[in-house]
Amino acid sequence: MADFISGFWNMYVMVLVALSILFCVFVLVSNMTKREKGPVELHGHVWDETLAEYNNPLPRWWMYLFWITIVFAIVYLAIYPGFGNKNEHRGQWSQYEAEMKAADEKYGPIFAKYREMDLMAVAADPEANAMGQRMFLTYCAQCHGSAAQGAKSFPNLTDNEWLWGGEPDAIKTTIIGGRMGVMPPFGPALGGEGVKDVANYVRSLSGLAHDSLRAQRGADLFATNCVACHGADGKGNPMLGAPDLTNKSWLYGSSEAVIIETVTNGRNNQMPAFGEFLGEDKVHLLAAYVLSLSKK
Amino acid sequence: MAQSKHEKVERNVFLMIVLTLLTVSVGGLVEIVPLFFQHSTTSPIGPGGKQLDVKPYDPVRLVGRDIYIREGCYNCHSQMIRPFRAETERYGHYSVAGESIYDHPFQWGSKRTGPDLARVGGRYSDEWQRVHLLNPRDVVPESNMPAFPWLDRPVKADDIQDKMRALNKVGLHKYSDEEIAAAPAALEGKTELDAVVAYLQGLGKALQNVR
Repeated sequence: MADFISGFWNMYVMVLVALSILFCVFVLVSNMTKREKGPVELHGHVWDETLAEYNNPLPRWWMYLFWITIVFAIVYLAIYPGFGNKNEHRGQWSQYEAEMKAADEKYGPIFAKYREMDLMAVAADPEANAMGQRMFLTYCAQCHGSAAQGAKSFPNLTDNEWLWGGEPDAIKTTIIGGRMGVMPPFGPALGGEGVKDVANYVRSLSGLAHDSLRAQRGADLFATNCVACHGADGKGNPMLGAPDLTNKSWLYGSSEAVIIETVTNGRNNQMPAFGEFLGEDKVHLLAAYVLSLSKK
Repeated sequence: MAQSKHEKVERNVFLMIVLTLLTVSVGGLVEIVPLFFQHSTTSPIGPGGKQLDVKPYDPVRLVGRDIYIREGCYNCHSQMIRPFRAETERYGHYSVAGESIYDHPFQWGSKRTGPDLARVGGRYSDEWQRVHLLNPRDVVPESNMPAFPWLDRPVKADDIQDKMRALNKVGLHKYSDEEIAAAPAALEGKTELDAVVAYLQGLGKALQNVR
């Protein structure tokens, strides 16, 4: 990779590296004095009347350590990048490629085995689920919770209620492409009282406490405003991600106040797309894990 | 005996200073200076010389970035995915220098109390980011990240033009006069939360879906 703007910088690095190694060699060679026989020479300084300092050469083993650093530098430069553009094929990025290749060889067959299997069969495989769970904790738990229990505005994946369909293919599609759930605001169209009526009707659908008079009025408003997405019976529509309003599962909460907020201001909810980032194999295992959660 | 070699250096302060300076500068001269003269560190190119779609921060993201720095997010979050499988499996493609050419100062860091954020853009919905910044426990019960409830207030927009002009003096920024003139309007009605979310959602997009 000729990454330098000009060839000069390659030479610049090589010359400086070579010069500094040679300089180190020179310093070592020029200081290789043998210890002479006889009394050891003194430095000449005298402190505190009697304190003098010997001028002994460095111990031999100590000098050898310096020589070893020079040998190390030369061996290192011969093998790894450092001497200009040399050996770039052993740089960090190539080491990364090698690491990825080794991992593919090791884990590829495992993924391949499950890729061939039907999603329901993978969901029943304890080993696949263990892998799926580890991936879930890495990629999905931030929103859906570490036990996939969900949170306000993030769906619980352990019940059998699905916004976008719970069939194996639908779950896969959700993970790969993400989802955009949009409920338009009805505050302006219905007015404050109208919204309250609809909220009471919606609560009545799942048998929650409600004002029956308001619910009766709300039923008419529901029929004209809400059925397009939520269906005449309020059972929702997984094609649009419109939730079933007759069950016990509430994405934002079931209190009258929250429902009024939802109807008035609408909701925008997004599940990001993970297909490109995770790749087919991991999505397969994750979808199987999610399936296995709700089958219990 | 003749004066030994080290004695010459030890008795001549000037020579010692010169030699010391030479010695300590070699590392920088060999390892740092050439980086200023590489394509991959000075232009938006990625692995294999691929052109990356890296643009200077628009005003909203620029403000978000400054809030990110102000709140000290870098104390716990790095923005630097290293080329190890364990990192790229979790975060995505490893970071390359070309992605950071408009980061002054860069936010690479090495302290990871929280996860790396180099490619957090698009990983979560805007709504998740909002809820999470205001109180992380609302979405991640196990989280130990502090809450930033005060971010839900209007951005301070009066210095955005000065910031952009200042950035034009460093690195590769070239905000045009029109862009600078339009900046205050772009910040109209934005909260600090909007700005930080916009900044986070733009992080790492250049190499997002590359494996």
